[in-house]
Amino acid sequence: MVSDLYRDTILDHYRHPRGRGRLDDPKIHHEGANPLCGDEVILELRVEDGRISDIRFDGRGCSISQASASMLVEAVRGKTLDEVRELIQKVYAMLRGEIEPDYEEMGDLSALSGVSQFPVRVKCATLPWHTLEEALPDEPYPSK
Amino acid sequence: MATIPTVLDAHELRRQFPFFQPHPEMRSLIYLDNAATTQKPYSVLDALTNFYAHHNANVHRGAYGVGAKASELFEAARERVAQFINAREPAEIIFTRGTTESINLVAASWGSTLREGDEIIVSEMEHHANILPWIQIARAKGARIVVWRITDDGRLDLEELRRLLTERTRMVAVVHISNVLGTINPVADICRVAHEAGALCLVDAAQSVAHLPLDVQQIDCDFLAFSAHKAYGPTGIGVLYGRRTLLESMPPYQTGGGMIRRVSWDEVTWADIPARFEAGTPAIAEAVGLHAALDFIDSIGRERIAAQEHALTQYTLQRLQEVPGLRLYGPQPDRAGIFAFTLEDIHPHDIATVLDSRDIAIRSGHHCAHPLGDRLGVPATARASLAVYNDTDHIDALIDGLYYVRQVFGY
Repeated sequence: MVSDLYRDTILDHYRHPRGRGRLDDPKIHHEGANPLCGDEVILELRVEDGRISDIRFDGRGCSISQASASMLVEAVRGKTLDEVRELIQKVYAMLRGEIEPDYEEMGDLSALSGVSQFPVRVKCATLPWHTLEEALPDEPYPSK
Repeated sequence: MATIPTVLDAHELRRQFPFFQPHPEMRSLIYLDNAATTQKPYSVLDALTNFYAHHNANVHRGAYGVGAKASELFEAARERVAQFINAREPAEIIFTRGTTESINLVAASWGSTLREGDEIIVSEMEHHANILPWIQIARAKGARIVVWRITDDGRLDLEELRRLLTERTRMVAVVHISNVLGTINPVADICRVAHEAGALCLVDAAQSVAHLPLDVQQIDCDFLAFSAHKAYGPTGIGVLYGRRTLLESMPPYQTGGGMIRRVSWDEVTWADIPARFEAGTPAIAEAVGLHAALDFIDSIGRERIAAQEHALTQYTLQRLQEVPGLRLYGPQPDRAGIFAFTLEDIHPHDIATVLDSRDIAIRSGHHCAHPLGDRLGVPATARASLAVYNDTDHIDALIDGLYYVRQVFGY
């Protein structure tokens, strides 16, 4: 059902994105793109004391990629890098249809679970998360 | 049901296509992505199967009956293509993997004679397949790409071409029917203007071969390229037409088996055309399949196909204009059955996904034409494209589907 894909939460994030924009002083700027479909996601973030202290996204693309980026920004702000890495893997597993999301734990992100029924759209939803995975520093940033 | 002047019975035609037959495990699809590839009639699939079942041998080699038969079928396909596009002789037909390889062949082989400062005119509405081979060879040779801009209504202006042509212009590379705008370019006029300035002209006929009568002597082009799979034929085979005198002057594109007269460590003599440009074992079964596809087209008649698709195109234009928030690209009303559009600010992928949920197949994306997308100011569009088996019911379903898309996205 197409309504499993375009859930209200997704359309709400698409129309009213949270954290769209740029940081004044980003320590990390990373761009991800899906050359086949033209979706683009730009992430800017600061990591302090091993946590993502601030993050914004920018870019253009379909409702799924942009809503996923908006949810990502909300979900990872304030989390430690280890927590973020764990969450990324959980999102991938959910998008592959391997786990049922727990709303208590995943919040709005659980709305993305319907994407797993639309194989050609999974790459739209994963784009911001792949971009974040590439953007994260290998080692926890030294504290200021 | 809406009616248009009926030239053909599309419903009856669909009986010739296994893809459109009821299947217990699959829902039937309204297929409107024919500019990407067309479906295949039984006659083409039977030709492929029969070849592999009864005539499979390599060509131009075996001193046995089946080998001779395979060669005969392969060369009969070449003769059929020559006749289909009215080439002067079968030797002017080179089999390639498709339009892309045909143009790459010309750019690499003919393009090897380019000199620093030479100019190649490429229109702004080209597919990447008719842009990138020219950029590559121009970079290698120090030649210059000159862009022939489109008009605001999505056409090419001959006066503009005259302004761009110089004594350094060697080639004009132009598409017959745009895969985004649906523009039907006046390729015979374009070739004449190019020739008056001493330049050659290559025509990309990928989107026209199955939809319009095609006559290379009337167009008077120097090269023409198309793929079988957009003309009811198999994937993996295409055609390059070239004038004999030009092809004879060109070095091989790839080298290997089947394209030489004599090889020693000291000396190599290339084979005559067309073999010179067909290194390695060719796509034999696919050539036989292409033969059947051209027979299929001519069994309907190209004038009738063109008339039918023109009528359905006018109907589609009229219906698309009813949809609020829909923006259609390309010229009107004279155009081919290719309709790129946007709907409100709904992303084309989302349009395609919602239509897919209603079993309607359209394309979304940049359609391998980034420079054209830049010119139009849209990175992606949705695109519906017609073939001979589509009818007004399909367009009505598309229009209903677009209203549903609006609803899903809250318009």
